[in-house]
Amino acid sequence: MNTILECKNLSKSFGATKALDGINLTIERGRIVGLLGPNGSGKTTFIKICNELLTPTSGEVKINGFNPGVETKKIVSYLSEKTYLNDWMKVSQIIRFFQDFYADFSPEKAYDMLKRLNIDPNSRLKTLSRGTKEKVQLILVMSRDAKLYLLDEPIGGVDPAARDYILDTIITNYSEDAAVILSTHLISDIEKVLDDIIFLKEGQVVLNKTVDEIRDEYGKSVDALFREVFKC
Amino acid sequence: MPWELKTDRPIYAQLIEQIELKICSGVYPPGSKLPSVRDLAREASVNPNTMQRALAKLEDDGLLYTSRTSGRFVTEDDNMVCQVKNKLAQEQMRDFLEKMKRLGFENKEILNMLKTILEEVEQ
Repeated sequence: MNTILECKNLSKSFGATKALDGINLTIERGRIVGLLGPNGSGKTTFIKICNELLTPTSGEVKINGFNPGVETKKIVSYLSEKTYLNDWMKVSQIIRFFQDFYADFSPEKAYDMLKRLNIDPNSRLKTLSRGTKEKVQLILVMSRDAKLYLLDEPIGGVDPAARDYILDTIITNYSEDAAVILSTHLISDIEKVLDDIIFLKEGQVVLNKTVDEIRDEYGKSVDALFREVFKC
Repeated sequence: MPWELKTDRPIYAQLIEQIELKICSGVYPPGSKLPSVRDLAREASVNPNTMQRALAKLEDDGLLYTSRTSGRFVTEDDNMVCQVKNKLAQEQMRDFLEKMKRLGFENKEILNMLKTILEEVEQ
């Protein structure tokens, strides 16, 4: 079975607002997928449902055949849009914490990446800048040997050099068994790394194609197409 | 030689051209071993599946071959490399001619200008 995530008719309403409106998607293993859409299009809601932080109003998501829950959390590595780590902890303590939590977490990988990004494992989180905190969080997420990486805006808060390193990490970390879904507004930085593009608009999938299909059919980059489709 | 990818054309097609260029210009000489898909993808900052597709196409074309145990190699057939070189050169020249025509030059004028510039460069 090659499908890692499947959702059928997935909808989520907050009162009268439809955040997701009948999403049908199939994500295969070995794919790197960009979830793109303007603010309020439903990207974070979708990712939160996949992590059981929200429950669908109707329809369902299956990850590796399971509804979001204990079984899926073992194989899903999630980067949330907010930090949830304790400020008073040292980076090294957080690494131990993750090691306790996840069987697939590799401390070696984490320390290696910290070194590459010049982050001192002995520093306390509260002494780090916002961008550095985001880097630490991404390092933790990418140090797991997961089957599905759900990254909610992984490169938004970091400088261009760190962005390159993060993209490099995603390529290096690539495995035929695992899929990566990431949401971002920084399309031009990331489109070369993606297989598939999903455009979300007002809670609906309005486009689902590969990067090269888009460039071939429209004769323009994904970034340029986005600006056209979502012109204000 | 850095990888140069434009934003308005399929990445896959551009990777094929760039690898052809690297083979013709001696970055990857005939018979040499290519880096792994992952390393090439990293070097070009592209998706590994896209790189894999480009390599598979070059293999279909016969410019690359895979040895089951030891990886992917450039063909040892100098003739074939020569053909690709000619193809790339012709593409460059057609491109050049099209641009010159757009500027309003006739064939004869282009030829004369080219001669003058070649002489200048030689000196």
